[in-house]
Amino acid sequence: MNTAPEAPREAHHQEWISLRIMRGTTKERQKVVSYQAPYSPGMVVLDAVRWVQEHQQPDLAVRWNCKAAHCGSCGTEINGRPRLLCKTRVDELGQAPITVAPMKAFPLIKDLVSDVSWNYAVVKTIPPFKAKVKAPFTMYPEDAERIQEFHKCIECFLCQDTCHVLREHQQFGKYYGPRSMVLIASLEMHPMDEGDRLPLLDGNAGLAMCNVTGCCTNVCPQGIRITENAIIPLKERVADRYYDPLKKWISNRREKRRQDQDHRNVGTRDNNHHDDPSIGAY
Amino acid sequence: MSTQVATLESHTFDVLVIGSGGAGLRAAVQASVPGVSVGIIGKSLLGKAHTVMAEGGVAASFGNVDRWDGWETHFYDTMRSGHFINDYRIAEKFAHEATERVLELEEWGAVFDRTPDGKIMQRPFGAHSFRRLAHIGDRTGMELLRTLQYKAISQDIEIFQEVTVTKLLKDEAGRIAGALAYYRATGDFVLFRAKAVVLATGGWGKLYKVTSNSWESTGDGGALAYRAGAEMMDMEMVQFHPTGMVWPPGVRGLLVTEGVRGEGGLLYNSEGERFMLQYDPERKELSSRDVVARSIFKEVQAGRGTPHGGAWLDITHKGPEFIKRKLPGMYEQYLTLADVDITKEKFEVAPTCHYTMGGVRAEAETCATNIPGLFAAGEVACGLHGANRLGGNSLADLLVFGRRAGEGALAYARDVAEASSVNAQEIETEMARVMAPFSVSHGENPFEIHEELQDIMSAHAGIVRSGPDLEKGLAKLQALTDRATNMAVSGSRVYNPGWHAVFDVQSMLALAELIFRGALARQESRGAHWRTDYPDELPEMGQWNFVQSIDEGVQAVPVPQMPKELSRLFERGMAPGAWTKQQEGKEN
Repeated sequence: MNTAPEAPREAHHQEWISLRIMRGTTKERQKVVSYQAPYSPGMVVLDAVRWVQEHQQPDLAVRWNCKAAHCGSCGTEINGRPRLLCKTRVDELGQAPITVAPMKAFPLIKDLVSDVSWNYAVVKTIPPFKAKVKAPFTMYPEDAERIQEFHKCIECFLCQDTCHVLREHQQFGKYYGPRSMVLIASLEMHPMDEGDRLPLLDGNAGLAMCNVTGCCTNVCPQGIRITENAIIPLKERVADRYYDPLKKWISNRREKRRQDQDHRNVGTRDNNHHDDPSIGAY
Repeated sequence: MSTQVATLESHTFDVLVIGSGGAGLRAAVQASVPGVSVGIIGKSLLGKAHTVMAEGGVAASFGNVDRWDGWETHFYDTMRSGHFINDYRIAEKFAHEATERVLELEEWGAVFDRTPDGKIMQRPFGAHSFRRLAHIGDRTGMELLRTLQYKAISQDIEIFQEVTVTKLLKDEAGRIAGALAYYRATGDFVLFRAKAVVLATGGWGKLYKVTSNSWESTGDGGALAYRAGAEMMDMEMVQFHPTGMVWPPGVRGLLVTEGVRGEGGLLYNSEGERFMLQYDPERKELSSRDVVARSIFKEVQAGRGTPHGGAWLDITHKGPEFIKRKLPGMYEQYLTLADVDITKEKFEVAPTCHYTMGGVRAEAETCATNIPGLFAAGEVACGLHGANRLGGNSLADLLVFGRRAGEGALAYARDVAEASSVNAQEIETEMARVMAPFSVSHGENPFEIHEELQDIMSAHAGIVRSGPDLEKGLAKLQALTDRATNMAVSGSRVYNPGWHAVFDVQSMLALAELIFRGALARQESRGAHWRTDYPDELPEMGQWNFVQSIDEGVQAVPVPQMPKELSRLFERGMAPGAWTKQQEGKEN
């Protein structure tokens, strides 16, 4: 299996593209194997990998579904960069062999397929959407637009893969990762939601672990401004509630003015304070 | 019982849902009530199902932008576009309940595009009398699937990802007992026992070479049910969406949402003629899908096609700001995959296989099939769409009947004391069958069989058909099916796509034959089924649905007749809401 099938001798250089694909079922023993696939105009890396699978290596494991960048199944690392196989054009990668590897942050199943089950496990702990009122909602276009950005997420987990907290430091028990933050932001900023996820963010979800390097935003195939529009506003919300006496004082004053009738209400939300203060490093 | 069966990983549920797309998730959410155990199986990861590909919207007659709309008009449009071989009882429930089901999604967190006064926005779509499709830009299916996914996660539902079911199991009395499956990651078998099973596995668009469907749409559920004795109906009805991408080759068939035409896109041939004016002067670009697809096909046949054999679609007159806001996915898709900026230039489109109207015959109230304890919902089921599905009706379908199937399965399971017993010998035989391809040497490559199957279907059972051509195709198919008994795989059971493909191909081969047999039986042209040797829609053929089963072969079954209170809706020759609108106009 580790020998590369040779391209037909008469093939012209530009008519065949070279692939270097990681094969094997354990990270330590994965090997790079070279393959060649015929070039066609506009082809994406997934086309090349699938050609190898269909014609030479039927047991080459690769995860894909829609081939249209809608489903987010085919996240891998192409020439070292986390990308979707279906959205990466071969002609933008130049003439050098294209290296395809599984997402590094997660455990390996086989070849290009990673075990991404952790991502599904953590979101189970996030309090779901909780409607304040019965539908139909009265919601204006501008209310919708803000959170619709987060709803564009295709759950490819490339942001999780690139996040150094998870990738380099393997802190899976301490930080839920950028995808989870996008999900939480979409819920927290929904004008009709009355759930409260700030205790989780300040506790087990480990928002403080993120030091806003913006790597997740850079790899997002949907162009979601993860750091700027999801993570930073969430950090501000957590800081406002738990860590910033001045801001808290100001917001309490505002609240006080608005609800002049009931002074005792102010600040009671602090009762559900986070359970692990050591994580909060604001 | 052999040790192999005795030591098998086994799960028992009150309700087992097979398929984790929109219909399956909606069914699971419905069936999951306190004291009832529910499991759901998906062939892919959660949230990746083909539902995610639906773009344009979900049809529901809110009347938020056109106040004349209502369930009667939605019913009228659905029956009319289905060429009246739909089951009116299914269509009536559908039209009644679609709005409620969409609002439910809003309450579970879906964020639809809004009108300026804060309601759910609705857009026009082909052959809908009014602006009816609630939508989220051009990624409505994704929003719907994600909402249902997180709703399901929040309930007590056990979710099995990347699991392939190879056989439905029945007890001696013929009632459903469960399913045998394997984990794709490890190749290990797993047995599911259940009181009731909901089948929600989607369609079989991957039978065709040019298709908008993702790899999963291989008709597993249809084939599982057929082999278990279920009745399959209207199998000849395969929808070709008028607008798929054409160029470059790698993306041929990829969907171009009907929303492009809904938002004002116009179709031209190579001579610059807006040909839909001629084929359907009333509805033009927004005619039903069967009509628009055929029109494009005819233009290409007549030598008026684009360089790569399609038609031009042009929406540049709407301006970049509008296009990027209303159709962001399409803008991005053409820019990254085809180097075309649709805000600046027209682009090529051609018909692509999109949807299978036929499927497991299911009853309107509970989605029950003829197998006791087996329910079917979504694309795998049949009855709502007739000879042609309206855009936006499939998302509404999976909500309405996903819920009804979940409810039906729940009620059935509550009446049953315990899950039926399974036959150990049958399980052992099935496991041996599933493992067999590993022992074949010098056998057929499943991927190559699939490719040849697609060639046969595209050439002989595609958008244009004829008796002799169907006969020829069927003979080729039978020869291919013989060869496919000898498919071989290599490597281990660990995440082995070649091995997985064997079962996809077996499912597709079974259903392909049903398509041929249905298409031969329907000696007329109706909706998506176009036969050059029977070019007209024939009233006497419109009285029948063709039902096929493994025991009975093809049978003509009468189309249910509408009662007076529904048939009167068609007497005016125009949609009820359109008539009301016209009357109001006269009064003013």
